[in-house]
Amino acid sequence: MTAPVTAASVALDGAVPTASPVAEAEAFAPSRGFWGHVGHRLVRDPVAMAAGAVILTIVLVAIFAPWITPMDPYKGSMLRRLRPVGDATYWLGSDELGRDMLSRLMVGARLSLFMGVTPVLIAFAIGSSIGILAGYVGGWTNTILMRTIDVFFAFPSVLLAIALSGALGAGIFNAIVSLTCVFVPQIARVAESVTTGIRKRDYIDAAKLSGASALTIMRVQVLGNVVGPIFVYATSLISVSMILASGLSFLGLGVRPPEPEWGLMLNTLRTAIYVNPMVAALPGLAIFIVSIAFNLFSDGLRTAMEIRQ
Amino acid sequence: MLLYILKRLLYVTPVAFGVSVVCFALVHLAPGDPLSAVLPADATQATIDEMRAAYGFDKPLPVQYAIWLWHVLQGDLGTSIATGRPVLGEVARAVVNSLILASVATLIGFTFGTLFGFVAGYHRNSILDRAASALSVFGVSVPHYWLGMVLVIIFSATLGWLPPTGAGPDGSGNWRPDFEHLRYIILPAITMSVIPTGIIARTVRALVADILAQDFVEALRAKGMNEWGVFKHVVRNAAPTALAIMGLQLGYLLGGSILIETVFAWPGTGFLLNAAIFQRDLPLLQGSILVLAMFFVGLNLIVDVMQTALDPRIERA
Repeated sequence: MTAPVTAASVALDGAVPTASPVAEAEAFAPSRGFWGHVGHRLVRDPVAMAAGAVILTIVLVAIFAPWITPMDPYKGSMLRRLRPVGDATYWLGSDELGRDMLSRLMVGARLSLFMGVTPVLIAFAIGSSIGILAGYVGGWTNTILMRTIDVFFAFPSVLLAIALSGALGAGIFNAIVSLTCVFVPQIARVAESVTTGIRKRDYIDAAKLSGASALTIMRVQVLGNVVGPIFVYATSLISVSMILASGLSFLGLGVRPPEPEWGLMLNTLRTAIYVNPMVAALPGLAIFIVSIAFNLFSDGLRTAMEIRQ
Repeated sequence: MLLYILKRLLYVTPVAFGVSVVCFALVHLAPGDPLSAVLPADATQATIDEMRAAYGFDKPLPVQYAIWLWHVLQGDLGTSIATGRPVLGEVARAVVNSLILASVATLIGFTFGTLFGFVAGYHRNSILDRAASALSVFGVSVPHYWLGMVLVIIFSATLGWLPPTGAGPDGSGNWRPDFEHLRYIILPAITMSVIPTGIIARTVRALVADILAQDFVEALRAKGMNEWGVFKHVVRNAAPTALAIMGLQLGYLLGGSILIETVFAWPGTGFLLNAAIFQRDLPLLQGSILVLAMFFVGLNLIVDVMQTALDPRIERA
């Protein structure tokens, strides 16, 4: 089966040094080490830096939201419903229950980011483990694991996420479980392909001859060399995950009211598009900004790490 | 070639089997009994047992799976708990509507995607290239359900040019190919086409740039071939991959249409899935997902075979 474009084999451009950056720097004084080089290239990429700044700002807003919101995000007023953007009191307008949009968007960043990033993090841990195991051990283990993974590729991501959430029922926990199940196969496939690419390298043989156990080799030599490309691939999934997580809430399968979450806010404001279209479009704009920032940052990281896609 | 098709079929069979297991498992992932949602709260134990026996939920899981699979293979996807009608009929009607929408969106995406991709690939690092790259980042980053809302705000709520929801003047009835129905498909199709446009543009750009860098292009120019002739060679080399991606995108759109169909109240599979989920109509949910996943598996197979047929250089195990 042809792999989807996004999961196209991510190949390593030469081996990544296994030694820790510190040890490397001590051995070769002028060298910055691998991560040092990546950081150096990344700060010279204006697009990636701008995207990183946007992400950092939104993360900071999300963390400190309870202390910095101008108004109570839960307290509404039926008299002040759907105020327009630019209102003297409600800077970004008010929603269909008269709650302050700016405050709700700020607090909403917490759940939206949490639901977008968590599935990718969990899937990164599980998917890498499966992929590295399959790639390093090879043989029947590989066949069984990867053919099982193939089954999940038979479902388009959106369909799988909605099918699982729909069956499990609405809720934050169930939404995170469903999204994790969507990303594990994708990350595992990349991890397997990268691992298969390095398992015949000399340093793996050297480690074997030194008497290291398979588990140690996977943990030290393999992981150290494949974690970069897998990580970059995982960061590119965050944007998809944000859109899907908010999409689940938009359908009523994620966060439940009155909790502010961008996808859910977009859904409840749908009825307001004829009254106050600007306000109704705001939560979606927030999702879009975060999603594009993660995509651009991930692209910059890939270039900085010299990983070909 | 025949051997290759047989090999692919052999490879697809376990995947299809796995898909059927996942679809079957979906119903049993659900908390509580699949019947709990439809039975009244004061149903007596006797009624519950009778219903469980009628739907076969009292048998062990492997037996239930075998019976279910046997029925599926005969084209019986069960009965919708909510409407009491056969699931197959409901899904078939919805698939046609979804397929129309997804095909139109894929065609729009393919047209613009290849156009932008070719322009960008021919003029690398120019302003046009940057614009095409920006467009493809936009395409994969935008939450399409939001884009749909924005288009409705602009073209329906503000300008009043196009209808906001439904598939035709009779609301969410079936779509028909006439002028009146055509107005209804414009907004959802454009919304949906944004993703394939971005992905196809990005792929074609890389393909064209790769092909132009190859020695044979230089050789063609050296022997005096004009640019139009060279262009035809580039197209021939890029076509198999571009078409394969178009095929896969159709599958993704068909399976991922639920959000856009919900925004536009389009009477397709997404709309059906939405109803199935909120009425907890598990046989309908299971049946729709099975059909969509199998369609995707079949499409992948066709794409693989077509790609090999178009490009003899591809030799696959």
